[in-house]
Amino acid sequence: MSAKRLGFRLLQMLIVLIGISILTFLLTYLSPGDPVRNMYLAQGVMPDEEQVAIQREEMGLNDPFLVQYGRWLTNCLKGDFGKSYSMNKPVVTLLLARLWPTLKLALMSMILMLVISVPLGVLSAVYKDKPIDYIVRAVTFFGVSVPNFWVGLMLILIFCVQLKLLPVVSSGGSFKDLILPAVTLAIAMSAKYTRQVRTAVLEELSSDYVVGARARGVKEGKILWGNVFPNSLLPLITMLGISVGSLLGGTSVVEVIFSYPGLGNLAVSAITSYDYYLIQGYVLWVSIIYMVINLIVDISYNYVDPRMRLRR
Amino acid sequence: MALLEIKNVDISYGKNVTVSDCNLTLEQGEICSIVGESGSGKTTVIRAVLGLLAGGGKVTAGEILFEGKSLLGLDKKQWRDLRGHDISMIFQDSGAMMNQTRKIGNTFVEYIRTHENLSKKEAWAKGRDMLTRMHLPDGDRIMRSYPFQLSGGMRQRVGIAMGMTYQPKLLLADEPTSALDVTTQAQIVRQMMELRDEYGTSIILVTHDLGVATYMGDKIVVMKNGKIEDRGSRDHMLHQTDNAYTKLLLDAVPSVGGKRYV
Amino acid sequence: MKKKNILLRYPSFTIFAVLAVLVILVSVFAPVICGDRSPTAGNLAEAIEKPSAEHLFGTDKMGRDVFARVIYGSRASLSSTFILVAVIFVIGTVLGVVSGYFGGAVDAIIMRIADMMMAFPGLVLAIAVAGILGASTRNAIIAIAIVSWPKYARLARSLVMKIRHMDFVAAATVTGSKTPYMLLRYMLPNTITTLVITAATDIGGMMMELAALSFLGFGAQPPTPEWGSMLNEGRNFMQSAPWMMIFPGLAIFVTVVIFNMLGDGLRDILDPRTE
Repeated sequence: MSAKRLGFRLLQMLIVLIGISILTFLLTYLSPGDPVRNMYLAQGVMPDEEQVAIQREEMGLNDPFLVQYGRWLTNCLKGDFGKSYSMNKPVVTLLLARLWPTLKLALMSMILMLVISVPLGVLSAVYKDKPIDYIVRAVTFFGVSVPNFWVGLMLILIFCVQLKLLPVVSSGGSFKDLILPAVTLAIAMSAKYTRQVRTAVLEELSSDYVVGARARGVKEGKILWGNVFPNSLLPLITMLGISVGSLLGGTSVVEVIFSYPGLGNLAVSAITSYDYYLIQGYVLWVSIIYMVINLIVDISYNYVDPRMRLRR
Repeated sequence: MALLEIKNVDISYGKNVTVSDCNLTLEQGEICSIVGESGSGKTTVIRAVLGLLAGGGKVTAGEILFEGKSLLGLDKKQWRDLRGHDISMIFQDSGAMMNQTRKIGNTFVEYIRTHENLSKKEAWAKGRDMLTRMHLPDGDRIMRSYPFQLSGGMRQRVGIAMGMTYQPKLLLADEPTSALDVTTQAQIVRQMMELRDEYGTSIILVTHDLGVATYMGDKIVVMKNGKIEDRGSRDHMLHQTDNAYTKLLLDAVPSVGGKRYV
Repeated sequence: MKKKNILLRYPSFTIFAVLAVLVILVSVFAPVICGDRSPTAGNLAEAIEKPSAEHLFGTDKMGRDVFARVIYGSRASLSSTFILVAVIFVIGTVLGVVSGYFGGAVDAIIMRIADMMMAFPGLVLAIAVAGILGASTRNAIIAIAIVSWPKYARLARSLVMKIRHMDFVAAATVTGSKTPYMLLRYMLPNTITTLVITAATDIGGMMMELAALSFLGFGAQPPTPEWGSMLNEGRNFMQSAPWMMIFPGLAIFVTVVIFNMLGDGLRDILDPRTE
């Protein structure tokens, strides 16, 4: 990617970032009723008017919107995302503690997903309309139709309750605790991704250069693994970036099921206790992670594909 | 013995017969032009010779003999040894027939190593020398380029150079000049004629350009709707044919400043 | 006569269309199917009973009949999914067509907002919105709609842009066709097929997202029977009463399969080019 395009991309990202921060900040305003009152109610305390008024003043909720937003943003930029009142700790500390487990889970399930879906997708494309293709297609079809939280529950039922092979509640510490949540996430995503791999490989297989290579006498295996496969990885890189989005959303559900100590689990409990600062921090962080990953994907895509790299 | 004999060949896609009762004989060193409109089945015929019919096409009747041996019963390995070695093919845009994400050199090396047990380095040198032999300046730079970085004419010359690496006995050319401007067309046509003179290569040229067809072809075959409509030597076709369709095609060749080839 | 031909020509579509209608009928005639088994009233004396002839899918912790709850649960799941898809479809299409047709500032504003919505990982924002708005079916629908409309808007916009500068549009403009007429007569019909296909194939996915929110406790609230929230209740009784989560999950799965197949079938009929 040329410096100019990279600059443009970064500028675009900055604008979207500002938009994200405004939307995130607005989340508090979505709340029906008074946020402070909600906070008290969520803790089971019936607030009196005086307390609410003091708290409102303290949180600066009486200031005009722009002032509030400006103050919040400046603080965020300084690394201060406020203090979670339900856990009585700075939001940053909480998020940081949960960040790595979630990233680990996401990474693990992504590796699993690739291990499952790439071979299946290639197989299904190469043997298009043969029995193996039909089997793969049928399996992926059911895969995309099954909710991942149910898969997770059934896995717990089978492996933890019935077979007693793995712990029901994962603490995120050991590798063992990671397996079931990662498998749960990987199953749903693999189904979708296998389809995408199949489509990408089929598209490449129908390109002219495949005919060219055959006309030169090149072996089918060489055509597939030396040309078609590497080429079809290019669009798959982009799709991988996009699937990170559903992965980050998916982790929250799976984390709750397995009581996995990650960001998603934290966020769900933050929401139930109307912990606004924590919710804002979570949404902002996850969105930024998503965005940065997609930027990296974009740049690497542009670097890896010579057509993008060498043309203006 | 003729180099190539196509005898009573039918080619079908599913139940549709696209080419029927095709007969063609080519001697060593001979150039044959097949002309016809798009969809007349001319490309299908030469694709069948190389066993490369697209999307489930099949030769359903007849026989294709190369040096007296039937091609239709070949197994995969025999096909691979034949393709690019005894019979080469060049396309309308040879650059597009190469993997766009690999350097031309790598495609060339892959091709050479398919047919010859050489190290990558040796194969690279052989490829580069081949380009030089085909009068392409700066072979190393071309080897290091991606297909899309070269001009259309340049790509076509690289395609020819590649196709000639093993001095094939038969060169199949599918609309080799159709995508080029007039000057480059002339260059490519001249180069292909030289191949025959230098190496004795037989050529089947498929084109819708009657000018190129009559300039290059010793004999000319006119195809229409999957059937051979008319055939004969160049002279016969230009001056003596009674076939109305051939005459129609000839009349359509532009004459303004265009006594180029005809 | 012609209709019959279409049904016969696409057997898979026909089968799943029939099944989908069947699922809808089940939800409509839930009272008939369940008879005197109530989805909400339970008998604590019969709590957590294994599936039997009396209680096909067993009973839950309140002694309610799980079969009745699954059958009645289809009402909540189906209606909220259909409403959600309809809302996204209408909002997305209108904004996309307007954006593509008028271009300029309108386009820039709508598309930048869409960009921002898409910069959030979908379910993350939906969870936050649904949670903050307060847990209810309506809010879950709003939350998912907020993150899902941009897909339709972008699609509609690109389709409109494709025909916006074609000759027949220019001709219609020159001959004095008014803007609303242009939008309704040319832009909408040219986008509607693709968008309907997209919506049809999205039904299953949307159903799962709604169920996910309910499962987390941000959707339908107890005691309303809803599959997602039933799963949430059921998971606490995993050891003693696995049927409490097996059957609602199966219900989601089967329904999603049917609607996904229906969507694929519809796509094959309306858009034969894609596979």
